[in-house]
Amino acid sequence: MKQPISLIVNGERHDTLCTPNLTLLEVLRENLQLTGTKHGCELGECGACAVLLGEEPVLSCLVLAMECDGLPITTVEGMKRGAELHPLQAAFADHGAAQCGYCTPGILVTAKALLDRNPSPTRTEVREALSGNLCRCTGYLQIFEAVEAAAGILREEKQ
Amino acid sequence: MSQRPLHIIGKARRRVDGRAKVSGETRFADDLILPRMLFCRLLRSPLPHARIVSIDVSRAQALPGVHLVLTGADLPTTFGILPVSQDEHALCLDKVRFVGDPVAAVIAQTELLAEEALALINVKYEPLTTIASPEEALAQSEPRIHDYGDSGNIHKSVAMSFGSVEQGFAEADHIFDDTFSYAGNTHLPLETHAAVAALDPDGKLTIWSSTQTPHYVHRSIAKVLALPPSRVRVIATPQGGGFGGKTDPFNHEIVICKAALVTGRPVKICLSREEVFYCHRGRHPVLMRLRCGVKQDGTLTALHLQTLLDGGAYGSYGVASTFYTGALQTVTYHLPSYRFEGCRVFTNKPPCGPKRGHGTVQPRFGQEVQLDKIAVALGLDPAELRLRIVEKPGALTANFLKIRTIGLAECIRSVVRRSGWADKHRKLPYGRGVGIACSSYLSGAGMPIYYNDMAHSGVQLKLDRSGLVTAFCGAAEVGQGSDDVLCASVAEVLGVEIADVKVVTGDTDLSPVDLGSYSSRVTLMMGNAAIQAAERARELVAGPVAAKLGVPVEQLVFSHGRVFPAAAPETGMSFREAVIIAEAVHGTLGTTGSYKPPKPAALFKGGGVGPSPTYSYTAAVIEVEVDPDTGWLHIEKIWIAHDIGRALNPTLTRGQVEGSVYMGLGEALMEEQAFRRLPPKLSGALVHRTPSILEYKSLTSLEMPDIDTELIEDPDPSGPFGGKEVGQGPLLPIMPALANAIFDAVGVRIDEVPITPEKILKGLANLQAGKPARVGPKGFPTVPYPEPLQVPTPWQGGDGRAVNDAVRSKDKRAKNV
Repeated sequence: MKQPISLIVNGERHDTLCTPNLTLLEVLRENLQLTGTKHGCELGECGACAVLLGEEPVLSCLVLAMECDGLPITTVEGMKRGAELHPLQAAFADHGAAQCGYCTPGILVTAKALLDRNPSPTRTEVREALSGNLCRCTGYLQIFEAVEAAAGILREEKQ
Repeated sequence: MSQRPLHIIGKARRRVDGRAKVSGETRFADDLILPRMLFCRLLRSPLPHARIVSIDVSRAQALPGVHLVLTGADLPTTFGILPVSQDEHALCLDKVRFVGDPVAAVIAQTELLAEEALALINVKYEPLTTIASPEEALAQSEPRIHDYGDSGNIHKSVAMSFGSVEQGFAEADHIFDDTFSYAGNTHLPLETHAAVAALDPDGKLTIWSSTQTPHYVHRSIAKVLALPPSRVRVIATPQGGGFGGKTDPFNHEIVICKAALVTGRPVKICLSREEVFYCHRGRHPVLMRLRCGVKQDGTLTALHLQTLLDGGAYGSYGVASTFYTGALQTVTYHLPSYRFEGCRVFTNKPPCGPKRGHGTVQPRFGQEVQLDKIAVALGLDPAELRLRIVEKPGALTANFLKIRTIGLAECIRSVVRRSGWADKHRKLPYGRGVGIACSSYLSGAGMPIYYNDMAHSGVQLKLDRSGLVTAFCGAAEVGQGSDDVLCASVAEVLGVEIADVKVVTGDTDLSPVDLGSYSSRVTLMMGNAAIQAAERARELVAGPVAAKLGVPVEQLVFSHGRVFPAAAPETGMSFREAVIIAEAVHGTLGTTGSYKPPKPAALFKGGGVGPSPTYSYTAAVIEVEVDPDTGWLHIEKIWIAHDIGRALNPTLTRGQVEGSVYMGLGEALMEEQAFRRLPPKLSGALVHRTPSILEYKSLTSLEMPDIDTELIEDPDPSGPFGGKEVGQGPLLPIMPALANAIFDAVGVRIDEVPITPEKILKGLANLQAGKPARVGPKGFPTVPYPEPLQVPTPWQGGDGRAVNDAVRSKDKRAKNV
């Protein structure tokens, strides 16, 4: 039986109907056509589907959409500042942190959550924060560098 | 045209598709949503080997919302990537050959409904004996998994001899005889395979697919559906990783094309992660034996390599993989004589195929570990030993591979210097060690997959009065940055900004053929084609501009978006103004460029595998810490140097090196495509032990060590702006360097990949018990290799032909007539 829910995605309210078994990932991609969020396993193993629920990264393939009724959600589509890239996005593009780009949306929001609570993470803290997000292309190092470069820019912005 | 320094090539830059990738706007295949789209799911075999007795689809067909159910009888034509292995059906016709082989397809209004309908299909199987391993395949010629191949369950068996290894062994001071084994592993791209097929309003068929090889998919679809290729359009969507796993034409692609033709509606399929493990086409498990003759000073006199490949259930690229296990032993170190024998067998497991380093990774592991053993036995430093025997630039090897530039010695010196090798090797405390290994890889396969005389890559340019240059090429962007190479190459030659070039790629309707993203071929082949097209465009524009300015064409410079005489830059004009002048003179402006590799020197049968326009070279040092109590490995650091010729975009080049190291380290430490037999009461079937990301272990951000990369740049005249490959070669030295480092740390030889803590503990236990401190295969089985082709080496006056190939000699005589 389909039920109405409201998701606050990237600051916009979306009213949609969904059955109780649908995951947040499915509703984002299929109901709302926000295909920026990816899927790699739908079993909570790869991290590609990470989004922010409030300020916390969650694996949207493991969260039921109905549990998110009325809650704020941030996806990669919500990171840009108007037409401008978020400093994390710009740093990822500039430092080679996105090769195929498939893990990138999940890693970007996870990194955003890290920098929002810890503006100056150490390399170890970056590694730990991203340890649930697999990347098969880069070998991670350029991702670490991009996160650290973006952290520097975000700190400058705050001053 | 006047020469000028490079403006774009060689500079670290944001890739041309970088913005889309970080904003979530890159449209991967599963992101495509078309009106009235239906969804497809495949029913896959639960048995590893069985005859299909009957399939009843009536209940599935009757389910409301189900539009179509297809079985093998609907798609009876075979296909496959290689012309010699057309052994796949889109849906199994009479037999299943591995757990996961597709037998039926349901096309329904939703994915869930299609999945539900699968359960209503009733398939009766008659189980057949499972062939689970190469040993079983050699021992049991019946039941045959396929009714083609060399014999029984042997798919392909080859043998070739270059010069006299007998004489080489006779001249040797020592002969080393070692066996190694390499486990199978898989690509694990984060994007699962997905595709959408639809009829155009004009009735033609279009498929968008996450494929590395749109051209070969095009050919396969046209063949199986009996359509003229001109009425089939294949669009390769940007891929979420391929690594070789998306280079075959796949059954699901053909199934949804058929479904779109029948239903007249768009049909999508997106494989689950489990299904990707069944598609596989990953690294072949290989057992190998290397006999190597060496003089006291380290000079190699002979190598005899034998390989046995577990091919899985279908041909795939397997014949090429078999030849590749023996192709590149000669391009790193000088080998005066060489014999190679290779054999691939069919087993009831997901088909193996090409993974990053295709077929050359496994024997490279054996060769580089054996060299380390040789160095120990001769009392030589393993780095110094390699430096003594490095092959020379311009050499023609024993098996007729033409070396162009070779930066291997510089690579070795680089990693030795930066790692502090001299202070560490055999000098670190117990439990810590360093190891070195080298490698080489193709910059593109010298021969096409199906024999033809056409170009391997084509680029078309369109210029018009807007000042925009559009570049069309069939190359597939798999994440490696091929769109960026195309854009940068054209922009560099025409002296315009990256933003003034648009690329249209991977679309068989719009773009000229490029054979695909495999064999590290795209940068070199597409890059050369792009340069040719852009140089022709530059000439087209320069003529009218020179006439207008009243200066000789040779004095014009194209730079920074302007066209001007070298001596008087201020009298020039913008590139856009120059195009307007040229368009007025010539009419519509367009050029083409194409690239075809040089003809191989190897003329013997099988000599088509191995030749390349040029080879890349890599050396790596790994420092490791081994915990002798637990066998646990900690990788301290990896130093790597890669002979790239020229790095076209150093940010991307470094990414390819580090990504290769990551993937190699995953193979070295943990990645393994493992199988197990169910107990007899559960059918005794052979099943995947690990069809999930959780169980198929790969490195996370926590395990990835620091890498210190140096790019060795000595431009190679064969490459675009001097560039060579980088996407695969740097993977190869990682596994042997790690094995060699472990020996330096604790004195244990692990002659197997992956190298797990259990194996290290076993090796240490052997050491304590006074047994040989080695973990590895016990021996090499008797394999019925054929009589080797005898090919005299270049230094014996050989002309690249075998002297005992009756068939080829006859062909040659026929041709002479």
